[in-house]
Amino acid sequence: MSPVLPDDADVVIRVRDLKTAFGEQVVHEGLDLDVRRGEILGVVGGSGTGKSVLMRAIIGLQTPVEGSVEVFGESMVGRDVTDALDIRKRWGILFQGGALFSTLTVAENIQVPLREYYPDIRPPLLDEIAAYKVVMAGLPADAGPKYPAELSGGMTKRAALARALALDPDLVFLDEPTAGLDPISAANFDTLTRELQRTMGLTVFLITHDLDTLYALCDRVAVLADRKVIAVGTIDELLALDHPWIQEYFNGPRGRTAMKSARPAATDRT
Amino acid sequence: MAATADFTEDQQDGERTLRFTGALTVSQLGDLPERVRQVPGPLARLDLSQVERMDTIGAWIVHRLAADHAATIIGANDQASKLIEQVDRADQPVRMRPDRTPTLFKVLNEIGAATATAGRTMLGLLGFFGALVLSIGHVMAHPSRFRINAVIQRFEVVGVSALGIIGLMSFLIGIVIAQQGAVQLRQFGAEIYTINLIGRLTLRELGVLMTAIMIAGRSGSAFAAQLGTMKLTEEIDAMRTIGVSPMEALVLPRTLASVVMMPLLGFYASIVAIIGGGILCWASLDIPPVTFIQRIREVTPITDLYVGLIKAPVFGFIIALSGCYQGMQVKADAEEVGLRTTAAVVQAIFLVIVLDAFFAVFFTWVGWT
Repeated sequence: MSPVLPDDADVVIRVRDLKTAFGEQVVHEGLDLDVRRGEILGVVGGSGTGKSVLMRAIIGLQTPVEGSVEVFGESMVGRDVTDALDIRKRWGILFQGGALFSTLTVAENIQVPLREYYPDIRPPLLDEIAAYKVVMAGLPADAGPKYPAELSGGMTKRAALARALALDPDLVFLDEPTAGLDPISAANFDTLTRELQRTMGLTVFLITHDLDTLYALCDRVAVLADRKVIAVGTIDELLALDHPWIQEYFNGPRGRTAMKSARPAATDRT
Repeated sequence: MAATADFTEDQQDGERTLRFTGALTVSQLGDLPERVRQVPGPLARLDLSQVERMDTIGAWIVHRLAADHAATIIGANDQASKLIEQVDRADQPVRMRPDRTPTLFKVLNEIGAATATAGRTMLGLLGFFGALVLSIGHVMAHPSRFRINAVIQRFEVVGVSALGIIGLMSFLIGIVIAQQGAVQLRQFGAEIYTINLIGRLTLRELGVLMTAIMIAGRSGSAFAAQLGTMKLTEEIDAMRTIGVSPMEALVLPRTLASVVMMPLLGFYASIVAIIGGGILCWASLDIPPVTFIQRIREVTPITDLYVGLIKAPVFGFIIALSGCYQGMQVKADAEEVGLRTTAAVVQAIFLVIVLDAFFAVFFTWVGWT
């Protein structure tokens, strides 16, 4: 239940005693979190509990006031964007709004990380790589030359996922990947994430509000409340806890519905 | 760290096998993709048993090679065969680039598109003008719907807050006119005519024109950006559903503020420019302020002031119209807000200068020279 795993665990992300703040407003204080290699860790919490801020602190976009953040065993605190490139090559990030480069086509967006880190790859191979990534991310075959402004919400997310996976990363951060998608697209996106995670052995740090996604995907779930991670575990383990927010979250009307629909599927899978 | 990807060739019973070694991952590929492509066919087998690690890019290269040579893949472990299967499924024809068009067509296309856009914008502006007139009619019929608070607030934003920058600009313009005029007129010993130059030029042309350009940059752009953002966040749609006309609530106050503020600011700008010119005359031509004021009153006909004051509200109207029009045209995304804001300023300044030329001809024709 504790957010800290034993020392011998194979950990990809290790956050210790993290404190982040915007001016006077403290977002996290004394936050600990471990993410195992190869797992899908879901991060949940009420609005404004700093889920995205935690992600930004881990990937180095937000400098913590105190505490340490290690990714692949290297400290990410205070590292410059041009620094720690070996780590940056090994992760992919799907931002909430997609964050596709608006002046580039989908194909070019996917090629940006490849061009940046591996300038030796020849254009024909770049095109081939972008082409199969487009299909893998579930985009239609004519999406390559389109600009982000021409894409629907679901397609934007898929294109952003294709870009996040361009370098075949070991670690992927997904910030609300299914928010704003219709249930069918959201379910497809869940399946896609699951499939890719299995074939490529990804570690996934998943921020979500979507209870269905939580049930369908996550190996463990971390709950953010009171400025820290109050508990990490499987949903069953969390349900056994006597914390008002957790009970409200998973046992509320929506939580029950999601559980009901997920249980048969869960038994199928195992 | 894993070993760099490489391969060796084997000949057995007349069949050739390519044996990959090392890590077939993007970071360890090096020049392998090119070398693999140059391997002459035919290949019977691709041996992956010596491969340490693999990612989808490595899998893709193996898959392509196997497809090109119709070779069989052997020795793939579980993960590798899963990856190859995955890229095999993803191997579909995908369009990568927009269609290429010949340069001539592209140029013609762009000229045509630009012409159509210009025409459409002018028509749109005319339509917008009509809608604005209609809403003015509406408000006049129902005076209670007139939003006095919104108008007063715009007065402040458009007028009062602009006093500082317009004052500074006009002061400097006055100095520049006086300085340049004095240098040229001195050659004829006619420095005293510098005063004519300052008085007539600022009141008739530059005061209002420079103010219009400043207001177009300051307020016209703000109108376009504000309304554009409101369009994007669906504020304007929300307004419509509540029964508030955006024309009456947003466009009319802004237009009214520009129309009322432009003559005031234009007059203020002219006066400040005259003061600037006067100070330069005093400092460098030794014309005392009293003489300067006396001369200004003698040489500047009152019609010059009228010319400026007649033009100013028209310019203000044009600036507000194009700013609001461009703002209301925003549809797609935040990028368009930027483009529309630029368009609003360029269009406003262009129209102001075109109209200024017409006014110049017109006032000469009526004899106000």
